[in-house]
Amino acid sequence: MFSQFFFELRRAEIPVSLREYLDLMGALDRGLGHYQVEEFYYLSRALLVKDERHIDCFDRVFGHVFRGLEPPDFEEDITEIPEEWLRKMGELVLTDEEKAQVEALGGWEKLMETLRQRLEEQQGRHRGGNKWIGTQGKSPFGAQGYNPEGVRIGQDENRNYSAVKVWDKRIFRDLDADVELGTRNIKMALRRLRRFAREGAADELDLDDTISATARNGGWLDIKMVPERHNAVKVLLLFDVGGSMDNHVRTCEELFSAARTEFKHLEYYYFHNCVYETVWRENRRRQSWRLATWDLLHTYPSDYKLIMVGDAAMSPYEIAHPGGSVEHWNEESGEVWLRRLLRTYPHAIWLNPLPRDRWRYFPSAGMVNELFEGRMFPLTLEGLDAAMRAISH
Amino acid sequence: MRFEGTDTYIVTEDLQVAVNAAITLERPLLVKGEPGTGKTVLAQEIAAALGVPLIEWHIKSTTKAQHGLYDYDAVARLRDGQLGDARVHDIGNYIVRGKLWEAFDSDIRPVVLIDEIDKADIEFPNDLLLELDRMEFHVYETKTTVACKHRPIVLITSNNEKELPDAFLRRCFFHYIAFPDDATMRRIVDVHYPDIKKNLLREALRVFYDVRDVPGLKKKPSTSELLDWLKLLVAEDIDAEVLRTRDPAKLIPPLYGALLKSEQDVHLLERLAFLNRRERAGE
Repeated sequence: MFSQFFFELRRAEIPVSLREYLDLMGALDRGLGHYQVEEFYYLSRALLVKDERHIDCFDRVFGHVFRGLEPPDFEEDITEIPEEWLRKMGELVLTDEEKAQVEALGGWEKLMETLRQRLEEQQGRHRGGNKWIGTQGKSPFGAQGYNPEGVRIGQDENRNYSAVKVWDKRIFRDLDADVELGTRNIKMALRRLRRFAREGAADELDLDDTISATARNGGWLDIKMVPERHNAVKVLLLFDVGGSMDNHVRTCEELFSAARTEFKHLEYYYFHNCVYETVWRENRRRQSWRLATWDLLHTYPSDYKLIMVGDAAMSPYEIAHPGGSVEHWNEESGEVWLRRLLRTYPHAIWLNPLPRDRWRYFPSAGMVNELFEGRMFPLTLEGLDAAMRAISH
Repeated sequence: MRFEGTDTYIVTEDLQVAVNAAITLERPLLVKGEPGTGKTVLAQEIAAALGVPLIEWHIKSTTKAQHGLYDYDAVARLRDGQLGDARVHDIGNYIVRGKLWEAFDSDIRPVVLIDEIDKADIEFPNDLLLELDRMEFHVYETKTTVACKHRPIVLITSNNEKELPDAFLRRCFFHYIAFPDDATMRRIVDVHYPDIKKNLLREALRVFYDVRDVPGLKKKPSTSELLDWLKLLVAEDIDAEVLRTRDPAKLIPPLYGALLKSEQDVHLLERLAFLNRRERAGE
């Protein structure tokens, strides 16, 4: 029974090893967690999970193994709707007229499709209203609303408390690794890049070490040298602004503010959709002051690491054809310019604020990814981590 | 030894299980959670509840693992050598004991708190692997091995500023202190302010959770902020009515300084209050 649990956890890519498993056996042997299933759940969680990002996954596996639920689907999980949106706030009673409106929304298939779309559009918690997913509304999605065809998401725990186990509440879902980044998380990921910065030739006198080595030597001088501790990493950030990027402004702001404090040499410029002849520094003055991309290429040497941030959601013409830009007539195609950038800056990556599974809707994203030789990463903690690994080689 | 919470600290069942597992199986317990949810206080409370000494080791960015074991004060020895002090012949005179040595040497099984381990260098946890595993270490200068008399109860807190290495995590048990729900929060407040008026508490908690729900706050107020704020509310003798008011002109909670720690957050709240007001005016 427990070994099945153990292997299910491993299959769900929770890093449990034999050591943790033996710990659990040891704990049970000592009489911990014997008496009730909840205590066993807490015990196994404390012993087997070492990172809050895995707790949600653990909860699902636990629920599955010990209650025989349907196997957890890690690819596409429709229950991935933040529970708190659906928190019980009250009951809603609709008039007959409103019920009729609600029924007009279409069949099951359509419902699921719309739900998926809405979920992707929706950013925060919501209640009331009749479009977004949340509580008390007339939308077919969400708990405690009225809709005869409604999808029940986030069944109310309190109404039938006895049936709902702790692990089913999944209160740790916000900590899963794929959630959007906060500034702090971004900083953590960016630090991976910074660590490589403290390198160089040993050319500085280490006074402390010299004194202590001399003392250890019984008074004979023993000079110790260390590399200079300077942040050698130089970063050139290019941000896509405007248009489809408006939805991602906040994420990008966070990335920017985090990046700013992490590097000594950080240069940033803006572009729109794709890079062409010019880039600019201040969005307000973009009409009056622009820097020619040629100058950019010549100003910053190739030891700069290039990080481009954009959703790469545009018409393929904007990349592939001269004159494809939506803003002006470009003599040379965006692809030519991107290639030039990549030639100058071999350490280059593209960060995409859209989730990875939506890239396929935009052929342009695929084209950019190809130009970047697959170094396009989503703006999640894992994505950023992989990106920093890719760029530091 | 079993930990069941104290008069001043409400412990949820899952935390209790984790702590007791760490005590019974003699493993370090790694505690994470939002700042202000009582990670550091937990160690103090465990020590108090079990009636054992607490040894606190606060980690800074410059702390090395070696500092927890011992320091060899070579400079003092050099100086003594130059002055011809007789002490210089015994190297043991210049070995300064660290917190872990102190803990290993304790006659009763102590609680050791390694606070904010993520502040230190990335190699720090790796350097402590063996010491935490075997609870012993070797002093090279005196060629002696220091072993623990009783395996201490080790609590480690982290604020997630750095990822901890896998090898280190394998040796620890782990608990993530989730933000307390409404009922737990009431119990926590009860413990700290037993004579707070019922309706003041209810209204204050409502305002508190409302503020936490505001999207885009840089730092959400946590338990310790709530306790500070309640202290102020009681001290200022604010009436529950004031908190209950739905008057759009007063949507910023009174004494908000205790809840919100950054200027941007205060501005954000003011802006939301302003929008709210305009919406109401339009109705």
